[in-house]
Amino acid sequence: MSRLTVSSISRPLQVTGDKTLSLVTEDICRNIERPSGWGWKALFILALSALGLGVVLVGYQIKVGIGVWGLNKTVGWAFDITNFVFWVGIGHAGTLISAILLLFRQKWRTSINRAAEAMTIFAVICAGTFPVIHMGRPWLAFWVFPYPNLRGSLWVNFRSPLLWDVFAISTYFIISAVFWYVGMIPDLATMRDRATGRVKKFLCSIFSLGWDGSSRTWAHYEILTVILAGLATPLVVSVHTIVSMDFATSVIPGWHATIFPPYFVVGAVFSGFGMVLTLLIITRKVMGWENYITLHHLENVCRVILLTGSIVGFAYITEFFIAWYGGNEYEMYAFINRATGPYAWAYWIMVSCNLFVPQMLWFKKVRTNIPAMFVISILVNVGMWFERFVIIVTSLHRDYLPSSWAMYKPTFVEVGTLIGSFGLFFTCFLLFLRFLPGVAIHEVKIVLAAQQKREEVIRNV
Amino acid sequence: MFKRFLVGIFKDENLLLKAVRELRGESYAIYDVFSPYAIHGIDEAMDLRRSRLPWVTLVAGCVGLSLALLFQFWTSTVDWPINVGGKPDNSTLAFLPVAFEITVLFGGLCTVAAFFLIRRLFPGSRPYLRFDGVADDTFALVLEQKDASFEESKAREILRKAGAERIESRVVKP
Repeated sequence: MSRLTVSSISRPLQVTGDKTLSLVTEDICRNIERPSGWGWKALFILALSALGLGVVLVGYQIKVGIGVWGLNKTVGWAFDITNFVFWVGIGHAGTLISAILLLFRQKWRTSINRAAEAMTIFAVICAGTFPVIHMGRPWLAFWVFPYPNLRGSLWVNFRSPLLWDVFAISTYFIISAVFWYVGMIPDLATMRDRATGRVKKFLCSIFSLGWDGSSRTWAHYEILTVILAGLATPLVVSVHTIVSMDFATSVIPGWHATIFPPYFVVGAVFSGFGMVLTLLIITRKVMGWENYITLHHLENVCRVILLTGSIVGFAYITEFFIAWYGGNEYEMYAFINRATGPYAWAYWIMVSCNLFVPQMLWFKKVRTNIPAMFVISILVNVGMWFERFVIIVTSLHRDYLPSSWAMYKPTFVEVGTLIGSFGLFFTCFLLFLRFLPGVAIHEVKIVLAAQQKREEVIRNV
Repeated sequence: MFKRFLVGIFKDENLLLKAVRELRGESYAIYDVFSPYAIHGIDEAMDLRRSRLPWVTLVAGCVGLSLALLFQFWTSTVDWPINVGGKPDNSTLAFLPVAFEITVLFGGLCTVAAFFLIRRLFPGSRPYLRFDGVADDTFALVLEQKDASFEESKAREILRKAGAERIESRVVKP
């Protein structure tokens, strides 16, 4: 009579620890309702200090000019655009977890999607600051938007990928923020019903929009979530494709390659998942959510890192092969210079961190060992930052004309601005963990209910 | 003119679903079911009509696409054509990235706005019917007692037999 197969019995539990629906609410809301611990406070002060450093240095740079950076005529882009692409890339993992895993009906996404979406929004904020501050006159940044004006009207150049970026990043930010907020409305209603302070109750009431849990509302809500996921998926692919076009539509050796759009998208997912892994390992420990963000979830994140890391590695090999096979001497030199020239140290950091390190995740022992995962996630982020640095700086510093060749060295202002962007990111993320539900309560309950039903069927067999 | 409701409070979604099916089998109209999460199978059990939000997305997306393409075309060929690197004035291919982004933006935002509008979700909105724990671990099955033909005792019996933790009556201003 048993319709059960072995696999359905041995499927790993999504929510461990014999949870009930009310325990889920309690576990997730507990940390928001208690005063913050010393751990959160210490991390917050650290993040805020880094942010402060960044704000001071960016203010100085805007006041004095781009000359305080190490850029020159040859290397016109370095840390600024490296950081921009780095942060946009990190944002993509959040959308993938929320949107793409939803379309693939992967239930394990429910305990990590909220934090991942928050990560996306903060990463896109960090990313967006760089194109603005790298302008010579950031106070005229609004000129990137096409609005009727008294200068003609002078319109923007719709044929430029730099302008496509404006629309892509803006749309990505708005849709991600909307997706994140809509997902939180039922949880904000949960917080509203539990809130004791007047201010908290008022804010939760306003932002939960009078949510009552009606099934008719839920029916529309579920469809809305699928629609947003269906929109966000091509959006995320298009955004990083457009970012890659900043390079691919140029003529510089090492940039002018058709592999860039898929290469960048996969690289973004890869680096984003690295950051997700770092954040999740810390979050689950600090918030006591090991029963929701289980080892199984972390292992799945590692599997995605392994897959995308392998594709990125394959892209490196393809690029190198085509540079040789194509016979273009400038392209060939670009790659020889990357591996053996003055920035070879950066290139080999990139290759070891992106090609070799993730391959260790083939071994289950590594995939299920949390300290190992943590180190790998940090190295993935380092490697991907260096990938963008290598692509941008090595291709610029030695292109077609040897008399134009130059070296680039970052100044303290640029390094401090990068640190500041990490400060901004972690400040926002820590505030999120402190005041908002870091796990999608209502989505975990669906998974828990289904899990309990399965277990009861197994018990009654 | 007050509204009268009969409410069955459940702690288990399976019992609730059974109750819904039983009640509908006895031709009771379910006013609504309130739950802390979207119950799998409730749409069929309550015979809810499929949401028409996807149509909003389609229309809004088409509007966004048209607006984006038309605007870029107009600025580049009619209002102030500029020779940028010899590229054609009507660079339709180059207009596609921005057009795609605007399509997604319009589609997404209009669908969310439509959702808020049809379910009357605004800052400052208040739930019409509130039940303790419905955002936590409790489910509420609500029947409206529209007229004298509503057989309250039979409904109460069905709810009780289905496993309701509590059955209560409510009188609410419309």
